[in-house]
Amino acid sequence: MMLRADLLLIQDWIAPGSRVLDLGCGDGTFLAHLKATKGVRDCGLEIDAGNILKCLQAGVNVIEQDMDKGLRNFESGSFDTVVLAHTLQALHRPDEIVEEMLRVGRNCILTFPNFAYWRHRLSLVTNGRMPKSPQLPHEWYDTPNLHHCTISDFDQLCRSRRIRLVQRTVVDDDHRSTWPMRLWPNLFGINAIYHITR
Amino acid sequence: MSTAAATRALPADSVGYVVPQKFHFDEPLPLRSGRTLEHYDLMVETYGTLNADRSNALLICHALSGDHHAAGYHDPSNPKEKPGWWDCCIGPGKPFDTDRFFVVCLNNLGGCAGSTGPSSLNPDTGKPFGPDFPIVTVRDWVAAQARLADRLGIDCWAAVIGGSLGGMQVMRWAISHPQRLRHALIIAAAPKLSAQNIAFNEVARQSIMSDPDFHQGRYYDFGTYPKRGVTLARMVGHITYLSDTSLREKFGKAGRDSNFGRDLRDGRLSFGFDVDFQVQSYLQYKGETFSSRFDANSYLLMTKALDYFDPTVDYDGDLSRAFTSSTCKFLVISFTSDWRFAPERSREIVDALLKARKEVSYLEIEAAEGHDSFLLPIPRYMQTLHAYLGRVAAECAGGTP
Repeated sequence: MMLRADLLLIQDWIAPGSRVLDLGCGDGTFLAHLKATKGVRDCGLEIDAGNILKCLQAGVNVIEQDMDKGLRNFESGSFDTVVLAHTLQALHRPDEIVEEMLRVGRNCILTFPNFAYWRHRLSLVTNGRMPKSPQLPHEWYDTPNLHHCTISDFDQLCRSRRIRLVQRTVVDDDHRSTWPMRLWPNLFGINAIYHITR
Repeated sequence: MSTAAATRALPADSVGYVVPQKFHFDEPLPLRSGRTLEHYDLMVETYGTLNADRSNALLICHALSGDHHAAGYHDPSNPKEKPGWWDCCIGPGKPFDTDRFFVVCLNNLGGCAGSTGPSSLNPDTGKPFGPDFPIVTVRDWVAAQARLADRLGIDCWAAVIGGSLGGMQVMRWAISHPQRLRHALIIAAAPKLSAQNIAFNEVARQSIMSDPDFHQGRYYDFGTYPKRGVTLARMVGHITYLSDTSLREKFGKAGRDSNFGRDLRDGRLSFGFDVDFQVQSYLQYKGETFSSRFDANSYLLMTKALDYFDPTVDYDGDLSRAFTSSTCKFLVISFTSDWRFAPERSREIVDALLKARKEVSYLEIEAAEGHDSFLLPIPRYMQTLHAYLGRVAAECAGGTP
């Protein structure tokens, strides 16, 4: 089973047999993988009909629910880990969903593309156009991404909301972390992976 | 039970001609009302073959007006015969695949299709029970279904499946017999009836009981039948099964013979109280067809079973507590245009299951056909059942759970 780079890293942060809620679980590949390798109790949220069908075929528990409308139906502390992979920037109120994740799960794992990556900066500065890249393939008018953010932005959000940073990893698309990334994450990091709690 | 005596070409994915079986039970059945049914019959149809370890059985629970005839055909001499009520789901290659599953469907107690009910003869009097037949509840039905499972040698159903009132029976199975099912499919159901649901049922009951031919339910003795009342009851019920959109699509073509987008029957207004619009004659036809096949007392009983359904009654009104001991996986499905048991009602079930930390999947299927959607071959709905039951079948075959 091929896992996306960020998911390969995340899986090490998930305890065997724990309860995992995957927000925007896609076709269920990640949850199916966690079930098979770690025996987690899985629950995925998804709104795309094709993905939901694939989840069912994979034997993954999936709830058709739009997380932009909140997670009110999930009890506080009802999951060990809540995952939001590559979706934060596409939500109407990312700050609210982060708060909800921290309420529902003891641990939260988020990944997002770093908008301050140097190539994105360069594109804006030299061409004066919205950046496009393998991480951000869309045109400005048809992108699902509503709230791009940078690593510095998210760090700031965590500080202002008293969110505890357990771990932060900054990687490229092959989930490698190079020394420039570690030194200047907000300039050289392509993907950010956060493990937060409260 | 299929016979080869086909006189017309049936679809390749049909279960073919089927013969119902009557099972007699002599062990008294204590009922929720406090009364007891000393002896009773259950009318049953089965499709497919039970495997060696008896692990591939599906129980289909019928809704308000359904019965044991869920798939296939009965009468080779009748070329116009319609197949069973869930034929789109049951058959070789269909979601409830009879090549892989042993599918069981029965007529519930109090019904009028062969199982013991108000129109059956009361052995104490030699006359039909009529209004003396005890009020039966979903819990009683499930108790009787469990006895049938014992008789068939099925310790654990691969899945128990039902829509509407059938979905309520599925919930009761998960609560009362948690060790006897591996999957629960609850479709277009509600955790209990709303005041509006009960109000519609009350109109239906009043229509029947106020018919002069009803005779307090003893119409069998008078050689009459409250046809007008049952017709009216069904007309009201039928409206709640459809949606504004589906009626508009059926009767609002806005063509030559329409009045502001409502199809006229004779192309013009009568300026009297006769039938002007197609929807009027349609409803009357539906009501009358139904009244010719359904017993009035059974209809009263079924609506009462709906009204009384409340699995939280033993759990201080807390649905999640009711599911505490359930061990099966759940699939809950609702339909967007269903206003009888709207998607919010299914989400109540899902939320209670999540709160109880149960394994649940939930889908809200886009459909214009209202509550009736659960009976129809809507593509996404069929794909969903296919996908889910495919996993269940793999489990039965010893594949990856």
